[in-house]
Amino acid sequence: MRYTFLLYSDPAMSADMTPEDWVESKRVFGDYIAALQEAGVFIDTDWLHPADTATTITLAGGEKRVQDGPFAETKETLGGFFAIEVKDLDEALKWAERCPVVHYGKVEIRASAMDSV
Amino acid sequence: MSRDSAQARAEDVARAAYGKLIAMLASRSGDIIAAEDALADAFLAALRTWPERGIPDKPEAWLLTVARNRRTDQARRDARLVITDEANDMADAQGTEPEETQIDERLKLLFVCAHPAIDAGIRTPLMLQTVLGLEAEQIAKAFLLKPTTMAQRLVRAKKKIKSAGIPFVMPEREAYPDRMDAVLEAVYGAYAVDWLEGDGDLSHEAYFLSSILAELAPDNPEALGLTALIGFIEARRDARVDEGVLVPVPEQDTALWDARLIERSVSILTQASLRRTPKRMPARFQLEAAIQAVHAARSVTGKTDWRALSQLYHGLMHAYPSIGAAVGRAAVVAEDAGPSEGLKMLQLIAYDGLESYQPFHAVRAQCLAELGRVAEAAEAYARAVSLCTDQPSRRWLETKIANLRKKMS
Repeated sequence: MRYTFLLYSDPAMSADMTPEDWVESKRVFGDYIAALQEAGVFIDTDWLHPADTATTITLAGGEKRVQDGPFAETKETLGGFFAIEVKDLDEALKWAERCPVVHYGKVEIRASAMDSV
Repeated sequence: MSRDSAQARAEDVARAAYGKLIAMLASRSGDIIAAEDALADAFLAALRTWPERGIPDKPEAWLLTVARNRRTDQARRDARLVITDEANDMADAQGTEPEETQIDERLKLLFVCAHPAIDAGIRTPLMLQTVLGLEAEQIAKAFLLKPTTMAQRLVRAKKKIKSAGIPFVMPEREAYPDRMDAVLEAVYGAYAVDWLEGDGDLSHEAYFLSSILAELAPDNPEALGLTALIGFIEARRDARVDEGVLVPVPEQDTALWDARLIERSVSILTQASLRRTPKRMPARFQLEAAIQAVHAARSVTGKTDWRALSQLYHGLMHAYPSIGAAVGRAAVVAEDAGPSEGLKMLQLIAYDGLESYQPFHAVRAQCLAELGRVAEAAEAYARAVSLCTDQPSRRWLETKIANLRKKMS
């Protein structure tokens, strides 16, 4: 079976982290990734920029709506994910617009923070 | 050279080149905050060295090189930043870049500020800060926000631009019209925010912003239309308020209008019409500019052509219907065809929020007063006063009420 872990945490917890804390945090996650890899169960992981840098797109209702901010409604819940590698947000938005779920739900786009910390 | 004149020169360069330099510094990394910090350092360095060594031949290039060096130093110190293309970046900092690339960078910055992924409410403040270098405090005042709140929102938007990867590029062909509309809307927002009550600082900046836009998008009829529109309104600045009381456009002293600015706006509007696809209706900003052009023509003809205004408002309601255009049309119809026709037009308006829209009550009061329905007119004026948010308009409405009272007694 293939499983996806969705990681939730309070961004306030990381607001006051020092550079040393970040190094430590990277080490802890690095160890975990190494353990998964060693066991042969690792597929992929990512680390995202905060939710307030998100962009949400939907075509539900027949009209394209792009919103600054995270997905905020309560009726819809997370049902899956795609990770893509593209040049910038404009390209990501173009692919998000082709994702089937935009016609009945919403796609929240967050950039990877992996290479900026 | 004296310290004062070096400072004045640095300030001139700052004002004229600010957006260009920010755009060039931020376009690769997307990091506007780092660009602002580096540029602020470069301006300080200019104030220190220019009085002693004289102003460099190319002050902009000087500032750019110093800012790029500062930014690289900062990046090296900041262990959490990964610089991938700095070597490339530094290479062209030594040479001077062709004028056109610089202009494109600034237009790209406008598109970044009005990107669909940026909240529409912060686009105008973001442009005022990144393109013109206005302080958050100045912007906050115009938007009736606390400076700290405005500063936080600006920082959040700038962080988002970087971390979400909003690109500094010209939008693709199919997305261009929508994206350009958003840019125009945000520039217009800068003018609309405090044209009457503010100290005028911001509306002047907005005019500057629209001039940049017309320079950057000379083939876009709506960009030219917006620039002409703001130009016409800006030209009436000195005539707009007399001793604290609003003076409606048709009653303003045309000697107080800026004739050169009107002439320039007429010529820009003409250019817009030449850029337009033949047989197509002019769009919103060109129509709004044409309306102001008709008002401006009074300085030559001595009278207002209400029939022309009525036709233009009709076109505007077709191209870009809004509550403001609907009430504006009723007002000019009242002048052209008489107050009872004006009242009829007002009765046909069906917009949410009409009851709390001050100009609706002011126009209605005017029509009623002319028809001799004095008591109803006084009531409508009172309602308009209660909805009024700026002093000059309030005083103007109060003089109208005072005149009615004289009639009644």
